[in-house]
Amino acid sequence: MKGTYDKAFENIVRLRIMSILMVNEQFDFNSFKEILEVTDGNLASHLRNLENQAYIKVEKTFVGRKPLTQYSATDAGKKAFQSHLDFLENLIKENKS
Amino acid sequence: MRKPEQELAEIKSMMERSTRFLSLSGLSGVLAGIYALIGSGMAWFWIYGGFSNNGMNAQTLEGKEALHSILITALVVLILALGTAYLLSQRKSKKSSTQFWSPAGRRFLMALFIPVISGGLFSFALIHEGYFHMVAASTLLFYGLGLINAGHFTLSEIKNLGIGQLILGLIAAFHPTYGLICWALGFGVLHVIYGSMMHYKYDR
Repeated sequence: MKGTYDKAFENIVRLRIMSILMVNEQFDFNSFKEILEVTDGNLASHLRNLENQAYIKVEKTFVGRKPLTQYSATDAGKKAFQSHLDFLENLIKENKS
Repeated sequence: MRKPEQELAEIKSMMERSTRFLSLSGLSGVLAGIYALIGSGMAWFWIYGGFSNNGMNAQTLEGKEALHSILITALVVLILALGTAYLLSQRKSKKSSTQFWSPAGRRFLMALFIPVISGGLFSFALIHEGYFHMVAASTLLFYGLGLINAGHFTLSEIKNLGIGQLILGLIAAFHPTYGLICWALGFGVLHVIYGSMMHYKYDR
């Protein structure tokens, strides 16, 4: 069967983070918080998890005095997500036939 | 594990929501509307003479001079409105500490300004060719199209605002005598209404 079910995306927050990073070159911490409606701690732990798997990378800058933390998907992350998508699509196709 | 259909729907909705530009300030819409109302009031005065009760005030503007004054006023209104929108939206994004110049923001601006800039140039061509009575209609129509186009990438109210402008533009096209009124309604009143709606819904 084509594609693989990726455990990293089993958690809904991580799946959402990765979906966002697939269509946005960069996305910052506060925007994630706003759109995902999760607590700081929860979000940070999921982001760290994805970072540890080298699926996303982090870039820290400052805007004035406020810190701005930007995230982006790595090539490995994009590949893994694509494979996860293929798996889901195939699953749907198989269920139909 | 979730159902695969559900999971795909989840992915799709996140992709859509995250590509919208949400820093658009409602208050800037209200202010743009007020500038437009003042501007169209001035244009009304130049075209229809305004108050002619006072002998001291009896200025006889040549047609061409009035046209120039109106064009300059329109340009000033445009610059003020764009400047306000830029500054207030930037302030809003700073306040919520989100990135202002985001990919979503770029897509939003492209979607809005391609129709609007071509419409602006087209309107200049109309003036140049002497179809001054069609300018209100063409600016409203192109602006409406731009807003509907940009509505995919920002707060959904923008799309309805665009439809409103489009309807007023069509009315102005068939009844050029109501052009200025339609223009004031579209760029003035509609901006104030939608701007305050967005301000109360999102900005507080």
